[in-house]
Amino acid sequence: MSLALALSCIAALFGLSVTAVLVGRRTTRLLYAASFVISAILLVVSAFHLLTESLPALLVLPVGLPWLGAHFRLDAVASFFLVVINLGSAGASFYGIGYGAHEREPFRVLPFYPVFLAGMNLVVLADDAFSFLLSWELMSLASWALVMAHHRSSENRRAGYIYLLMASLGTFALLLAFGLLAGAQGGYAFAAMRASHPTPLLASLALFLVLVGAGSKAGLVPLHVWLPLAHPAAPSHVSALMSGVMTKVAIYAVIRIVFDFLGPPVWWWGIVVLSLGGASALMGVLYALFEIDLKRVLAYSTIENIGFIFVGLGLAIAFRADGFAAASVLALTAALFHVLNHSLLKSVLFFGSGAVLTATGERNMEALGGLIHRMPATALAVLGACAGISALPPFNAFASEWLTFQAILLSPRLPQWGLKLLVPAIGALLALSVALAAACFVRVYGNAFLGRARSAVAASAREVDFFSRLTMLALATLCLLAGIFPGLVMDAIGPAVQSVLSSKMASQASVPWLSIVPIAQSRSSYNGLLVFLFIMLSAGMAVLAIHSLANRKTRRAAIWDCGYPDGSPALQYSAGSFSQPIRRVFGTVLFRAREDITMPLPGDASPAELEVRLTDVIWEVLYEPIAGAVAYAAERLNVLQFLTIRRYLSLVFFALVALLVVLAIWR
Amino acid sequence: MALIADLAVQGAQMSLVVLLAPAATGIVRKAKARLLRRQGPPVLQPYRDLLRLMRKDVVLAENASWLFRAAPYLIFAATWVAAALVPTFGAGLLFSWSADLIAITALLGSARFFLALAGMDVGTSFGGIGSSREVMIASLAEPAMIMIVFSLALLAGSTQLSTIAEYMMSPQVGLRVTLGLSFVALMMVGIAENARIPVDNPATHLELTMVHEAMIFEYSGRHLAVLELAAYLKLLLYISLIACVFAPWGLAPANAGWATLTIGAAAYSGKLLLGCLVLAGFETTIAKMRVFRVPTFLGAALMLGLLGTLLLFVSRGL
Repeated sequence: MSLALALSCIAALFGLSVTAVLVGRRTTRLLYAASFVISAILLVVSAFHLLTESLPALLVLPVGLPWLGAHFRLDAVASFFLVVINLGSAGASFYGIGYGAHEREPFRVLPFYPVFLAGMNLVVLADDAFSFLLSWELMSLASWALVMAHHRSSENRRAGYIYLLMASLGTFALLLAFGLLAGAQGGYAFAAMRASHPTPLLASLALFLVLVGAGSKAGLVPLHVWLPLAHPAAPSHVSALMSGVMTKVAIYAVIRIVFDFLGPPVWWWGIVVLSLGGASALMGVLYALFEIDLKRVLAYSTIENIGFIFVGLGLAIAFRADGFAAASVLALTAALFHVLNHSLLKSVLFFGSGAVLTATGERNMEALGGLIHRMPATALAVLGACAGISALPPFNAFASEWLTFQAILLSPRLPQWGLKLLVPAIGALLALSVALAAACFVRVYGNAFLGRARSAVAASAREVDFFSRLTMLALATLCLLAGIFPGLVMDAIGPAVQSVLSSKMASQASVPWLSIVPIAQSRSSYNGLLVFLFIMLSAGMAVLAIHSLANRKTRRAAIWDCGYPDGSPALQYSAGSFSQPIRRVFGTVLFRAREDITMPLPGDASPAELEVRLTDVIWEVLYEPIAGAVAYAAERLNVLQFLTIRRYLSLVFFALVALLVVLAIWR
Repeated sequence: MALIADLAVQGAQMSLVVLLAPAATGIVRKAKARLLRRQGPPVLQPYRDLLRLMRKDVVLAENASWLFRAAPYLIFAATWVAAALVPTFGAGLLFSWSADLIAITALLGSARFFLALAGMDVGTSFGGIGSSREVMIASLAEPAMIMIVFSLALLAGSTQLSTIAEYMMSPQVGLRVTLGLSFVALMMVGIAENARIPVDNPATHLELTMVHEAMIFEYSGRHLAVLELAAYLKLLLYISLIACVFAPWGLAPANAGWATLTIGAAAYSGKLLLGCLVLAGFETTIAKMRVFRVPTFLGAALMLGLLGTLLLFVSRGL
């Protein structure tokens, strides 16, 4: 029932896309409102299914491959991801009611937007390889079209090109993975894959392909290069969807294939996934710290959070391989909790950057400043999201981070030396990334919203429309609520974990005072509600005491600044100078950061110059050789384009003979 | 009845830390001055400073936002909650289970987050320099602290501070290399977090060397008083933390009688005094280091913490 309802909602999204093409341009708001309503229905349906239904719903439609049909399945893990997708979609659509009106060419966005939403929903519902890949490509291509919405800037065109290349690579890898899993008989239905037990070698190969295919979509280092280019290029509500939601669809693909189809994991898979996750977490946040484009900082921070989620998945795989079911459940719960948290937080942050973009037309943090005075509602929502994504209690990301640390603390039980040595190092990497993320978001907020306006546009910014403000504030409140009541969220995730690992964590709602107790009360517990209440009470008591005892007079005066009042806002610390100490500590090795100072000679009135150079080592080491090799091969093979028809025919003939010979030897 | 007693202990703990915090800083200042053969301000001077600041008007910069005015209270509240959860004289705090050691570290992180933002609110170069350096220091100090927490948690089988303290009092804890490493690392983190010499100088107003002071430059009057009190509380918190984990002797267990609690209080005052004196002695014997040597110092703390954790991972399964 719920599955049929969900599929009809998706059909309605396709209808919406057609409507967008047909009707006039004054319906932007209506179309966004319609996609908001559809997303909200999908959200309710999937949440209802997650919380009440224990059995998966199945449906086969007579479309797609004739001998296969299109299989759809709604189980608990799918409905959890549907909740995440549609929470983000509903937010983005509601935000779009206001924000979409600013679009100069709305028809480069409107027809693709509902298709993008439909594609993401379909990936999660698909129950055979064919419809999965078709939906996956639909999602990729629709989002590519949205990235190209502002196609006049050459930077965006380059972003779109790289995205298209990486998306093709990803789909290709997934195609091969499904091919391996389906076997020679071609069991493309997921039910058949679930039933077949691949050999460890085959499964390891499939794991590698899935990590390339879904990992590149999620933005796993070193396959992340397209993400910081493509996500910011799209309109902001689409950026929020790509960063907050589409990366989670990739996480879904990893969970579905690795936990569901590959059979019992091998222990060293954990090492691979953990290392990739740890590297993504650290590299993502460092990239973010050295970037001055507001939306690009957020995109890099997505890479960091994806790394965090993959560490949770890696721990779950390692624990499962060694038979520690409870620990595996804890790690997967932490990962799924972070999936939800990050999608909420990143949506608010991208909406905030969209609001800043609307108000000022600037994405460069070094041209902003002082927006807290002129955009109070946006500033408040973004402050909450910044505190949340820096994993500060009592916000939501702290709870999932805390759970991940608790899972790490269970890992000395693992018997393999490789894991024993790796897991604490990954723990240190995570702690380092969390601390750096806090630095990164102090930098973002301090430069964009605090201080004095660094440009005329920032000084004359106006608060954005009602829909945008309401969306941001509502989602930021959800972040806080998820942090205050983490136990309820964990209980809701329970069925999803159970459908993957066939056991779940003990119910947290029954723990007194709504604490969360992952293992045992004596071992660790955390109570977001009490921490929140205590902070509020203490702050309230301090305010009351100070205001009844102390002098309450307040005067406004010029900035003191240690007696050196500087007139120009340009003398403030900028985003670049803020991260200079961190650049010197971490950037010299990982980014080959170099600072060159040109000082004019005494008596020379020319200005001194400071030049900072950062090298993207991954791009240089991994991608440039590949691009070079492709270009070289293309140049050599170019000759083949100018042959006569006879030569082409003989070429085809010899190729055919060669292949037949190979086949004959093979048999 | 037991609940009321527990509540009383928790309440006593909360008020004790606030009342005692300025004295701890006063003792450190006095001891430092005496070691330098100066007379030094009286031990109660921090209290007088706070009262003086509270009497004064607040002078706000023209463009200070609401965040600038709210931040002192938020910083104070987060630090106070954290300090109230670290056992001082008795382990059986009523609410100790609401936040474990990881959460206490993160609460201090929240306080720092708002402090760094407040430093950037007015838009001065000094505020920026302070915030920028503070987050650089924190980006190494926080992971070092988490690694120390990992070591302790793996030993005691719990991240709850009261359980760790009970474990450290029990006979099963012997001399362990990990404990030594964590002890050294925790002291290094404590020095960095409290802006003490050699990482930062709490007495300086020399622009190029300051970190903490630079962030609170634009504050005055009652706001400054609250921030100062939060800084005093943080110092007390770290001394209490080190005392509770590495010198838990005399700590009254949960549901203890009045006599045990009194002994606990006496032991705590002794430990606090000793901690302040050791800090003063350490600060007088060492010179402040350049800002860019701080990462080496904290990197060492992080590595010590990681080494301690690795040793535990390698030496045994739980």
